[in-house]
Amino acid sequence: MIVGERKPLAEIAELLEPFRKILVLGCGTCVTVCLAGGEKEAAETASALAMLRKKAGKDTEIDTHTMVRQCEYEFIDEEQDKLANYDAILSLACGVGVQTMTTRLPEKIIMPGLNTTFMGYPLEQGVWTENCLGCGDCELGLTMGICPIARCSKSMLNGPCGGSQDEKCEVSKDVDCAWHLIYERLSKVGMAGRMAVIQPPKNWATSHHGGPRTSVREDVRLENGK
Amino acid sequence: MKTESNLEKMFNAGHFAVTGELGPPKSANLETTLHHAEEMRNHVDAYNITDNQTAIVRTSSIGVAAHLIQRGMEPVVQMTCRDRNRICLQADLLGAVSFGARNFLCLQGDHGNFGNEGGCKNVYDLDSTQLIHTVKNMRDDGVFIGGDKLDHPLPKIFIGAVANPFADPFEYRALRLAKKIAAGTEFVQTQCIFDLDRFEKWMEQVRELGLHKKVKIMGGVTPIKSVGMARYMQNNVSGMIVPEELIQRIKGAEDKKKEGLKFAVETIQRLQEIEGVHGVHIMAIAWEEVVPEIVESAGLYPRPAVN
Repeated sequence: MIVGERKPLAEIAELLEPFRKILVLGCGTCVTVCLAGGEKEAAETASALAMLRKKAGKDTEIDTHTMVRQCEYEFIDEEQDKLANYDAILSLACGVGVQTMTTRLPEKIIMPGLNTTFMGYPLEQGVWTENCLGCGDCELGLTMGICPIARCSKSMLNGPCGGSQDEKCEVSKDVDCAWHLIYERLSKVGMAGRMAVIQPPKNWATSHHGGPRTSVREDVRLENGK
Repeated sequence: MKTESNLEKMFNAGHFAVTGELGPPKSANLETTLHHAEEMRNHVDAYNITDNQTAIVRTSSIGVAAHLIQRGMEPVVQMTCRDRNRICLQADLLGAVSFGARNFLCLQGDHGNFGNEGGCKNVYDLDSTQLIHTVKNMRDDGVFIGGDKLDHPLPKIFIGAVANPFADPFEYRALRLAKKIAAGTEFVQTQCIFDLDRFEKWMEQVRELGLHKKVKIMGGVTPIKSVGMARYMQNNVSGMIVPEELIQRIKGAEDKKKEGLKFAVETIQRLQEIEGVHGVHIMAIAWEEVVPEIVESAGLYPRPAVN
């Protein structure tokens, strides 16, 4: 899922400084699950913001609402009436949601309330970890399910660097060395020989390095894009 | 093709090679760096120039290499994958070859977060193995990564890599060297050796795989200047092992610097006894002036002439 973290309140307050009537808009999908931008967080953010603005003597009106998801036009269209009559909307969706909203509702001011951090999963209660970069050319078949692109700090494709020690990455003792994990995994499934195969330079053009990406499925497309 | 690398000739002649490390300054004033180079001129066969080591911005490795060549000294140009994509790495290799650089050491590079530009974008378009293979393909087949041909062939350049016997998983480290050799590596420098027992264990694995016959191995030696420095390397530098008994030995010595130098010399002498070790790379970090003394004490002076 997409993982996010709420921006510091001071930054949110600064973004919303010019506006009086504000809607704090939660998103019911990924960011609800990662406890960053769901209904509960929308309520908390709205009340904290109201308090801050009141203290600063600013005339303010803040409501909250949560949509099923902000990253699809059909959900946005369904709830248009609830989004009307605000000077600004603080979206607690990920960056995808904020931009889908902006594209669909260009007359509205949509401000981001979260920092979209990564694609990952909950490791334990309150801890999320990144494990996919969306490189567009999945290498997991090569490494038997452990991504060297997202989980090796240097995105190496040919084994661990010299900074791998005690199973940890040189960047931090809190980060596992992905190549140590891959080595152990390949050894366990009897494929350690793969470590010897030289992997050629990766084609990064399938990732963001090729520019913003669009995925087209002609077989499910409607005629004339309807 | 006949090599123009003095370092390669030294190996080919069967001599135990000696290289010294030069760390470029955080300025464009190379006076001190070149002074250090002059100090060890007669004691090393080539100078290894670091490439923004520990991700700290300095004069480029290639920049310093050009100055050395002007002075008749031989550089080993370090090239890390951290700061340059494949376009720039290939272009810089051509540029460096054009002014006479013949030795290239291809490595991954310390992660950018460590340095003085912690907010930088780490490139890592290629990894070290891919860079080694790229240089080999440019030299031997005259092709760039993308498939274009070089307009003119490259001269014989000498391709180096690093190896770290002190990193993990330990049992994979000799195999990792084998992979780098398969990619095109002709000489390697190792991480600083303080734990000789582990180094020897690694060399055993290297010999079992027959790698010592395919590649020239230079052991990395760093003289310990103080207990604080040893302790720092022990606790803060990933991929390094500094045994506690070595720290205690330095600590217990009356003249700690002298003891540090003594250990460095002992290490080099032991390296010369190990089958498959072909040279030493001395990394006297911020203590370059002691290199001649170390080389002489280790019985490696005068340096033999090759042509």
